[in-house]
Amino acid sequence: MRPFHYHRPERIEEALALAGPDSRYIAGGTNLLDLMKENVLHPRQLIDINRLPLHAIEETPGGGLMIGALVSNADLAWHPQIEQHYPLLSRAILAGASPQLRNMATTGGNLLQRTRCYYFYDTGTPCNKREPGTGCPARDGLNRIHAILGASEACVAVHPSDMCVALAALEAQVHVQGPHGKRRIAMSDFHRLPSDRPELDNNLSEGELIIAVELPAEGFAQHSAYLKLRDRASYAFALVSVAAALELDGTTIKAARLALGGVAHKPWRVEAAEQALCGKPADEASFAIAANLLLDGAQPLQHNAFKPELARRAIIRALGEAARGTAR
Amino acid sequence: MSETTCTLSLHLNGQHRQLDVRPWTTLLDLLREQLDLTGTKKGCDHGQCGACTVLLNGKRINSCLTLAVMHDGARLTSIEGLAEGNELHPMQAAFVRHDAFQCGYCTPGQICSAVGLAGENRAHDRDSIRELMSGNLCRCGAYPNILAAVEEALPASRDRLQEKAP
Repeated sequence: MRPFHYHRPERIEEALALAGPDSRYIAGGTNLLDLMKENVLHPRQLIDINRLPLHAIEETPGGGLMIGALVSNADLAWHPQIEQHYPLLSRAILAGASPQLRNMATTGGNLLQRTRCYYFYDTGTPCNKREPGTGCPARDGLNRIHAILGASEACVAVHPSDMCVALAALEAQVHVQGPHGKRRIAMSDFHRLPSDRPELDNNLSEGELIIAVELPAEGFAQHSAYLKLRDRASYAFALVSVAAALELDGTTIKAARLALGGVAHKPWRVEAAEQALCGKPADEASFAIAANLLLDGAQPLQHNAFKPELARRAIIRALGEAARGTAR
Repeated sequence: MSETTCTLSLHLNGQHRQLDVRPWTTLLDLLREQLDLTGTKKGCDHGQCGACTVLLNGKRINSCLTLAVMHDGARLTSIEGLAEGNELHPMQAAFVRHDAFQCGYCTPGQICSAVGLAGENRAHDRDSIRELMSGNLCRCGAYPNILAAVEEALPASRDRLQEKAP
């Protein structure tokens, strides 16, 4: 690891004042330090934000929850209110990483995870995300784990998070604070598609700090499922994952949320797919229509031609599990 | 705070330690290179194998993916801190009894991870132990005996945590 300057502010304003173009905030560090060891990232200054007062989970006036950015993935997944009211989020978090990593990794940091594209990590190869303008070897190289939706000529990387897929389905809001004040970003607008600027994973401005993630009151606690398909039974990134949430009136669907992981540069949602389920019976025929709409326009690469069909089946299965009732 | 050396106070294996560290020293390198506590192993150095697992404020973490300087004032337990004198920790004794290793390289991480697992109180059957120990790889494939040892020693490990609770 290259040497750097280290700061440990106690207040948010102090942290924001320290931020600059060559600096990074560090919380859990589980992804950042790995990337620094690989020399993918080499900040000149680390701002340790672990002493900032962002560790609480509090109820909001609207009946939702405000999750401090520094709440660990383990504490969040096993928080009684999350387990009870947002089991989809709990399941998604527990499907990711290992217990050791979940003990360190934070809510804010999970949102900022970088892709696990082999070429992004390998500094001996070009990569438009790591070094803009150098090219994308994944597009015609080894691309089994890569995107089938929303990719660009410049980048076919996928976002690796499980937690974010559930947050997208739950329509969480990301609260950030920067040099110019505070703002709220809808989860669907937080991450971005690669376009011709794949070096940008999200829509944060320079120096902005995630301070909290807000969950709305509706947690789809009765009918939700997180299905993750991967190369081994545990401790692997998703080839395809599905967050499915339903509100049912008898056997009729009143509301639906669907988000996919492992297929795009951000959690993948399509409003038409969710709308198509409303008012329909909760059966396989309805689920198949939604799956086709969600995967509309999928463009597999040489080694991931299996992904659209795997995703289609996973969506149908996850919706079926959600309709039968959240597994407890 | 931005000088090249920082002071760090740690409660390490029951002892108070005042240390000078460079900001880029990982907790793992502090233990192995600076303090000669080589029980904690460096496997992959990327958080993928679990050989470097230690207990930070009672919770299991990968010591390779965190900076020592970030943990001023923390309570840290490595494999060297689990036994009480000559009496092995119940989890250590169970690993010996079940021959839960071959080469032994992953063993300190496996044991620290299993002690952390006991504190979490989330593993209630063999399947949940397997899932919640998935962050520790054993390339010799001693998993059946590791599983048996962990399953047997979870209750005694939980009891010991309760005895030690402040």
